[in-house]
Amino acid sequence: MPADPRRAPHDWLDHDAGPVVRPYAMTQGRVAPAGGEFDLVAFVVATVPDAPPSPSLQPEHHAIVGAAWEPTSVVELASKLDLSIGVVRVLLGDLRSAGLISLYEPPAASQPHDVDVLKAVVNGLRAL
Amino acid sequence: MDSVRSDRDGARSRIPVALKILIAGGFGAGKTTMVGSVSEIRPLQTEEVLTGAEGADDTSGVEGKRTTTVTMDFGRITITEDLQLYLFGTPGQDRFWFLWDELSQGALGAVVLADTRRLADCFPSIDYFEQRGTPFVVAVNCFDDRRFGADAVSRALDLDPDVPVVEFDAREPVAARNVLIELVEYVARRQLAAAGAR
Repeated sequence: MPADPRRAPHDWLDHDAGPVVRPYAMTQGRVAPAGGEFDLVAFVVATVPDAPPSPSLQPEHHAIVGAAWEPTSVVELASKLDLSIGVVRVLLGDLRSAGLISLYEPPAASQPHDVDVLKAVVNGLRAL
Repeated sequence: MDSVRSDRDGARSRIPVALKILIAGGFGAGKTTMVGSVSEIRPLQTEEVLTGAEGADDTSGVEGKRTTTVTMDFGRITITEDLQLYLFGTPGQDRFWFLWDELSQGALGAVVLADTRRLADCFPSIDYFEQRGTPFVVAVNCFDDRRFGADAVSRALDLDPDVPVVEFDAREPVAARNVLIELVEYVARRQLAAAGAR
């Protein structure tokens, strides 16, 4: 059977073709999240299993809510959903404003790390 | 340990405490390899898109180019249910230094990878962490031949004598893990010394 000429091999298909939407188009050009910045390793937890349909929510918003039922860090969400960190942050800001997610900042952003925690880390690493 | 900030409804996991460790060093020193060899998840890459407004690039001649993409490697190690380590391979190019400020905010410490064939490549990382007061260890990635010992590297880098210098192979998970242990123990020693001085 001859190959379908309409399905000729193509070098750049789907993912390989790269993004078809410029990253910050998803955020309508906004580069900072509503309600302030948060850490790369802040944990995101969805407050609902699925975001309700809403004209203000894009597919990426829904994807984030779906991926964050278990606590998931900002950086892991970006990686899982293949979105840039900056974009994920803006979308998370929207979801936080809408009450669809909670954000938990890592505790030790400014104070020194607790020696007991450090001991637990060393013991945990040794046990790996 | 106030690691658990919410019990919530019990059905879902609690919120863990996340600690950040940075893996720095020159291009080709083994950052990506090290993140990959100790991470329990397939090392993930994530991208930060920089907008033209941040002024990272000289765009003269390519004024149409408004964004630059930086790739960061990261990996994760779960210590306990409530405690996770995140490893970040720092972006190598000098012009992305401002991203380091965010990465090192609240970081536990850093591992600076040194390649003795190109020792000068790790000078900028060492300068950066010294200036910021971020604790770091130097890990000499032993490729095929060991050219210099840890002492020689420590002298060549003019390090504070307390800064640990270890030789390791970034491809070996156990060796890479031992470097992290070295770092965390060093951070704990510094913490105890600081507490004793007060």
